[in-house]
Amino acid sequence: MAADERPLSPHLEVYRPQLTSVLSIVHRGTGVALAAGMVLLVWWLLAAAAGPEAFAAVQWFNGSIVGRLLLLGFTFALCYHLCNGVRHLFWDAGYGFAIPDAYRSGWLVVAASALLTLLVWIVGYAVRGS
Amino acid sequence: MSIRTPLARARGLGSAKSGTRHWWLQRVTALALIPLAVWFIVGVVVLGAADHAAAVAWIGHPVSAVLLILAIGFGFWHGQLGLQVVIEDYVHGEGCRIALMLAMKGAALLLAVAGILSVLRVALGGAV
Repeated sequence: MAADERPLSPHLEVYRPQLTSVLSIVHRGTGVALAAGMVLLVWWLLAAAAGPEAFAAVQWFNGSIVGRLLLLGFTFALCYHLCNGVRHLFWDAGYGFAIPDAYRSGWLVVAASALLTLLVWIVGYAVRGS
Repeated sequence: MSIRTPLARARGLGSAKSGTRHWWLQRVTALALIPLAVWFIVGVVVLGAADHAAAVAWIGHPVSAVLLILAIGFGFWHGQLGLQVVIEDYVHGEGCRIALMLAMKGAALLLAVAGILSVLRVALGGAV
């Protein structure tokens, strides 16, 4: 077999997914999603600066089904990337490297980001009143 | 054949052709974004589906205008650092990688300037 055809690690087709590796790639995925979502934020700010008509168009989009789904995805991506980012900063400082600790903090991140997303949307709907 | 020593060739050259500066800046911007992200989420949720007047009042408020500009600046700075690593990892053709990198960095700069200018325009009274 030629050197450039050899399978490289991690050989994803035969590699059993684990919590740690899944959370790692989701961190990257949510990061890319957040970067894309920043376009929506800038659009919202541009519209606010442009005037009531342009702003109403953005708010209409945000209130539509597609807009709400995008905002829900953005909320989860932000909550997840924030929580898992803090987990990464603890690792950078040298804490939580033992396997049981990595799993515990991993499940904590999953629970915290789901709960935070839910909380944001419940409060959001309560404030909005619809 | 090079007459440079192996150490001289390796010094400061990681896979990204630079030292720890990128890694460090990613952490510094991440740290700054923790409070900014929490503040932003709370602010937007409280604002809800506000009309234009309420949104302009929030964006233009001296405190939120400053924090919004910081959030946009740190957000895009952190984001383009992260996307740079993704491109370095997955795009292998050199020409394609350089082109994509320039386009991504340019887009990040463009959006950051547009966002910051919008906040300034609202805050300084240019918006109606």
